Amino acid sequence: MTAPAGEKPDTGSPDDHRAGSGRAGDSGTPVPGWRRRMRPYLLSVPAVLVVIGILYPFVLGAIYAFLNYSAANPDPRFIGFANFVSVLGDTDFWASVRITLTYAVVATVVETVLGVIIALLLNRSSLVGRIFERVLILPLMIAPVIAGVIWKLMFNPQFGVLNYVLGLGSSFDWLSRDMALWSSIIVDVWIFTPFVAILVLAGIRSLPREPFEASDVDGAGWWYSFRRLMLPMMWPYILVAVIFRFMDCLKVFDHIYVLTAGGPGIATRTLQIGAYEDSIIFQNYSRGSTYMLLLWVIVFITARYLVSVLGKAQRRAAGAEE
Amino acid sequence: MATRELKPGQRRITGGGIVADLAIIAWFVFALFPILWMILLALKTPAEQTSTYFVFSPTLENFVTVLTDRGTELTSVDFKTAILTSLLNCGGAVLVSLLIGIPAAYAAGRWKFRGSDDLMFTMLSFRFAPELMVIVPLFVIYNQIGLFDTSVGMIWVLQLVTMPLVVWILRSYFADLPEDLEQAALLDGYTRLRAFWMIALPMVRPGIAAAALLAFIFAWNNYMFPLILADSAASTVTVAITSYLGGGGQAYYNLTAAAALLGALPPLILALTIQRYLVRGLSFGAVKS
Repeated sequence: MTAPAGEKPDTGSPDDHRAGSGRAGDSGTPVPGWRRRMRPYLLSVPAVLVVIGILYPFVLGAIYAFLNYSAANPDPRFIGFANFVSVLGDTDFWASVRITLTYAVVATVVETVLGVIIALLLNRSSLVGRIFERVLILPLMIAPVIAGVIWKLMFNPQFGVLNYVLGLGSSFDWLSRDMALWSSIIVDVWIFTPFVAILVLAGIRSLPREPFEASDVDGAGWWYSFRRLMLPMMWPYILVAVIFRFMDCLKVFDHIYVLTAGGPGIATRTLQIGAYEDSIIFQNYSRGSTYMLLLWVIVFITARYLVSVLGKAQRRAAGAEE
Repeated sequence: MATRELKPGQRRITGGGIVADLAIIAWFVFALFPILWMILLALKTPAEQTSTYFVFSPTLENFVTVLTDRGTELTSVDFKTAILTSLLNCGGAVLVSLLIGIPAAYAAGRWKFRGSDDLMFTMLSFRFAPELMVIVPLFVIYNQIGLFDTSVGMIWVLQLVTMPLVVWILRSYFADLPEDLEQAALLDGYTRLRAFWMIALPMVRPGIAAAALLAFIFAWNNYMFPLILADSAASTVTVAITSYLGGGGQAYYNLTAAAALLGALPPLILALTIQRYLVRGLSFGAVKS
């Protein structure tokens, strides 16, 4: 970060100052130091207020987790950790944790691998690649809920086009108890693989050219330079994509809600779908908030860990480039 | 892209031209087929809605129905109103985000001040916080103070999506701006405010446009806020589309498809116009393009 801007006098002599602008703080005399120091704070005040406005319900939600608040019980009482004991002792909660983690890990891994491959393929700058690079973002810009609607129509065993095209017949049900989670992951892959590909492609294009030319001269094979040069240098970009995807997958809701609403049974009941059921459908605000608080803890710990990994990777990549 | 010079690793990672092209085409068949199928479905007559034909005589009837009907027998959706509501909500949210976010982004990009990192990190954490954590209390509060199902309520909550995005994108634009230009303006007798307004702001105009459009897309695509915090009056496009799916198996397939296409059109058009800035926006500036 550069030196603070306010080190130099802000304004010239008073007679230079024609406009006069009428603002007290900007009159022709040199601005006092304290006002200069306050400037970034003043500029941030509205944003801080908004942040507080969002933090307030967030804290309230955390408090709900320690109450017995529901539509049926509008006069909530503090009940300590009773909600946590009840939720953590519930097999459905642990099923939700397992479903959420399975979903997040599988979707993130598949999207990362596919995204890197697509980025490498598009980077070849063939005619085909150039044409398709333009439309790469299309699925990413469609709202996940609309993507869910699209795929729900295609998944339909009787009328859906998927079974027809794949020759599966009407007995194959994509949204059955066994398949629903994997089908939801397919939709996630469809929407978000372009996200990984775009980030990785931008990363590849920002890499320095020299190491690759040098390894070319040395006659290294492409697999060797991919593994020893590109992958290490690309790792920070890939990690950024992994972090964004994994964190978003942990709180997945939109397209699963449209596809299955968490069913059949609890086959796709991710943590946020479970919280939605509890707090909005059954109007048990405290129980839903307990789910969310636990999910938030999972997200927070994962974020901390992944960001520290990213920091290390960035330092290592910076070293490798020099 | 103006120049197509050799990119890093390009010559190396080039194995099997035709195989690679086929792999790319395979992905794009998977990626584009659902969109193509939506278009076909939207162009079919109601009688053909459960068919799997690829060849038929197309009709625009479904789009007309979606845009003119005040709801069919089963859905009480007024899609046209939902579009106007979405425009109002998202436009309002973006406008407020810019008004509040630009000063904060300028402060954070120009100066390192005590608490700036905390403020920035808190905003970034909103990107990863589970929405329901905030929505459930807001649902209770909104019901108490009468913001439920209002555009004011929706605009306020959409800040959660748009403001951090605007601040994070623009922060990196302001930070990249050489400070000498503003200093020169100050020496010429400009006030700080004028230097910001006449020098800094115009120079980050592409960033502001990209941030605004991306924020609009994110707000437009949001589903959970209107699903829970709005009912009929402030219901948006994303919620309206799902109502065409019907409840117990009875669905308006081609109306759903037409509505889905109409609802996806604004983000798609905006995304194509800001494609150059997308990477920086999508990754919150973590990856600079």
